[in-house]
Amino acid sequence: MSLEIGSFLSIGLILGVVIITAALLITVERRLLGFWQERLGPNRVGWFGSLQVVADMIKIFTKEDWVPPFADKFSFVIAPGIIMTVVLLSFAVIPFAPNIGVIDSNIGVLFILAMASLGAYSVMLGGLSSDNKYALLGSLRAAAQMVSYEVFMGISLLGVVALTGSFNMREIVESQADGWYIIPQFIGFVIFLIAGVAESHRLPFDIPEAEQEICAGYHTEYSGMKFGMFFVAEYIGLVLISSLITVLFFGGWLGPEFLPPILWFSIKAFAFIAFFILMRAAVPRPRYDQLMSYGWLFLLPLSLVNLLITGVIILSMQ
Amino acid sequence: MIKLIVDTLLSQVRTLWLVFLKLFKKKDTVEYPDQQPYMFPRWRGRIILSRDPDGEERCVACNLCAVACPVDCIALQKGEMEDGRWYPEFFRINFSRCIMCGFCEEACPTNAIQLTPDFEMAEYIRQDMVWEKEDLLINGTGKYHDYNFYRVAGKQIEGKDKGEALNEAAPVDVRSLLP
Repeated sequence: MSLEIGSFLSIGLILGVVIITAALLITVERRLLGFWQERLGPNRVGWFGSLQVVADMIKIFTKEDWVPPFADKFSFVIAPGIIMTVVLLSFAVIPFAPNIGVIDSNIGVLFILAMASLGAYSVMLGGLSSDNKYALLGSLRAAAQMVSYEVFMGISLLGVVALTGSFNMREIVESQADGWYIIPQFIGFVIFLIAGVAESHRLPFDIPEAEQEICAGYHTEYSGMKFGMFFVAEYIGLVLISSLITVLFFGGWLGPEFLPPILWFSIKAFAFIAFFILMRAAVPRPRYDQLMSYGWLFLLPLSLVNLLITGVIILSMQ
Repeated sequence: MIKLIVDTLLSQVRTLWLVFLKLFKKKDTVEYPDQQPYMFPRWRGRIILSRDPDGEERCVACNLCAVACPVDCIALQKGEMEDGRWYPEFFRINFSRCIMCGFCEEACPTNAIQLTPDFEMAEYIRQDMVWEKEDLLINGTGKYHDYNFYRVAGKQIEGKDKGEALNEAAPVDVRSLLP
């Protein structure tokens, strides 16, 4: 079986590696957070704490899988499944290397945005069906945040799409051969980074689950593997956002010849994962209204201006 | 407005950079069971009862520690020896109540009760947290090596009359000063 786009080997490899990476990120994140807070982090299980994830898995699998009697059972159960499915589906269009990928789609960028929108359903259903005031607050916040940050997440990408002239992720990567899009699209990159953090509700923008304010937000009532799915989906979302940034702004698999393309992709993506963890360690959480007004009053106009200027430059170059 | 945006942006970037630099700093963590932390000599840990340089109990059962104790974890009963010395018949500290505040040490007039840097006192059974005099007494002087209460105090005991203590003047018959 050969390694090419859409082959079973390729699909299996992507699924396996993504899920294993997401699971390992639990350990990596705790470890890195520890280092950035001048402590050691978990270092007891296995070699330098590398088996911590196994211990966590054993713990989470042996927990009671409990549905609260007051919850709406059907939507309570499918909510974690939706987010897992949706984030994993998003990886279908990510070009990992010239010969690794699931589909070579002409609407890759749009597909990712559509899947990100669907992810909001999971969080909303999970919060609403829990019948818990904290979960409800969390899901309301999540819905508002994800819908509003999706707007300029899309708009910030349009600069890249306009420069390439295609929604196809592979063409976007290939057109960066003579210069990554980080240089012409720096503002777009910053906006996409911020929107990506908000979209995967990671720490500076983890307002839907803000522990200090509303317990755990939309997954307050979840336990056992259903909570674990939300948890792992968050890490898969982190991998997804990092891969997206790599593909759209940092030339995907492109790099000097001495390393294979997939390694270049992994190195770049991991650098962004580490950056997201660094953001979690360093940046405090804004207030909810600050988040919304920052998005609508600052980032949205900025992304529109960025798109406008990109358009003007492209037209004047022709 | 522009200045505010630039300042906040720079401040965020600076925060990220400074936190990133912590990666290369020495960690504060002490890996405790493998690596013992340095315990300062004045650390307020497990309470002991010390002996004077002659090997006698220092405690004179004055009850000041029990009075000073804010959680009432000390209980004792006064006894008296044939030579006139006082001693505790029993001396009991309930370490499940003790908050290691050190007030007993401050209150003690004879330096008998002292706090030590030992803190590893966890027990599985609650009753084991109650320590009797045999458990508390040590065969040493603790932090004060040459202090002996009966040698310096004016208290009369057998073999040492009034005025015979160290640095003590002989008693004065106050009536002799009357006109």
